[in-house]
Amino acid sequence: MPHDHPHGPTIDPERLLHYQNMATAVRELLIEKGILTETLFETKIKEMEDRGPALGARMIAKAWTDSEYKARLLSNGSAAAEELSIPVDGTHLIVLENTKDIHNLVVCTLCSCYPRNILGLPPDWYKKRPYRARAIKEPREVLKEFGTILPNSTSVYVHDSTADMRYLVLPLRPEGAEGWSEDDLAALVTRDSMIGVSMAKDPTIPTRSKKKEP
Amino acid sequence: MKPLFPVGSRVQVSDRETAGHMRTPRYIRGKTGIVERQCGLFRNPETLAYGGDGLPKQPLYRVRFIQSEVWSDYIGSGTDSLDIEIYQHWLNPAD
Amino acid sequence: MRGVQDIGGLSEAPIDQSEHNYALWEKRIDALMVLLSGEKKILRVDELRRGIESLDIDAYNELSYYERWIASIAKILVEKDIITAAELTDRMADISKRTP
Repeated sequence: MPHDHPHGPTIDPERLLHYQNMATAVRELLIEKGILTETLFETKIKEMEDRGPALGARMIAKAWTDSEYKARLLSNGSAAAEELSIPVDGTHLIVLENTKDIHNLVVCTLCSCYPRNILGLPPDWYKKRPYRARAIKEPREVLKEFGTILPNSTSVYVHDSTADMRYLVLPLRPEGAEGWSEDDLAALVTRDSMIGVSMAKDPTIPTRSKKKEP
Repeated sequence: MKPLFPVGSRVQVSDRETAGHMRTPRYIRGKTGIVERQCGLFRNPETLAYGGDGLPKQPLYRVRFIQSEVWSDYIGSGTDSLDIEIYQHWLNPAD
Repeated sequence: MRGVQDIGGLSEAPIDQSEHNYALWEKRIDALMVLLSGEKKILRVDELRRGIESLDIDAYNELSYYERWIASIAKILVEKDIITAAELTDRMADISKRTP
């Protein structure tokens, strides 16, 4: 379950307060100097909160049902996102298609580059040393830790997001979801499947009622 | 600046010492791969990081490497690969 | 010399998959960076990264993600003379005296 403080077994409350105060001081000073405003902060925070995996899931579900959209998605991810009114704000998005032969995994070894404008803020583990250091060198072991086991006949392609591109994985459409609506398909697409550590959800495992299109 | 390296060409990552901010990780230096795509021209992060304007823009590439050629102890399939974005000034033609 | 952030291939530790809800103070720092690097063009993401990378290795490893961000942002704003070190320390002292 998510908890409400920055992660770390030995977080020092005094040190934390020091940096929280630093953040408050910087924010107040910049507002007093007329460089930023409280409204701008509130607007930006709201914008960020409105972004999340559901946006990416819509793109994936559409690609699963519309082969021409899928082709556009793979050719220019940013334009394909904008088509669905997902504002990318200058993000150069590359969408990586998983197939039975190729499984893609995304990492930023140097920091935490992530398609934030589509998926929202990244999970803690994506930004920390074990994932960043290991996903690039032992992707299959990392995938196993996330419960994803691939045969050797499937190649694993790892992508290090080192510069100006951002990456979204197009997971394999699961078996057992034939004829489903885009909305129901989108519910199978998890954030982790768009990073590449997991597959999309198995539709034969009941989590909600589903309606098939006639 | 027109990109030097066409898609499919073999390139080797420079193995030089540098100080300061850069986006070419150590694990890939000196390795040889294949240009997977040309990403366009972008400002140089090495000078942007210090308040510079990052010009002239550098061609950026995605280069694909075979994992077992990057890590001597790699465990996986011989077709597993590693794709990474590298700026032109870090690349030289190979072979 | 290898940068503190240049860690590809360097760990064998298990991945802790737990997550936390982002607190308001973290979201504010995130928003701060987006605002400063957006149309304001006061601070670039590359400068933020360079500031984080200039932390000593213990600070880099021990500080949480947004603690590193604000340490870097503050350092660079002072570097650019947008705020002064004195203004920052004085304000932080004031804040620490405020009753919650």
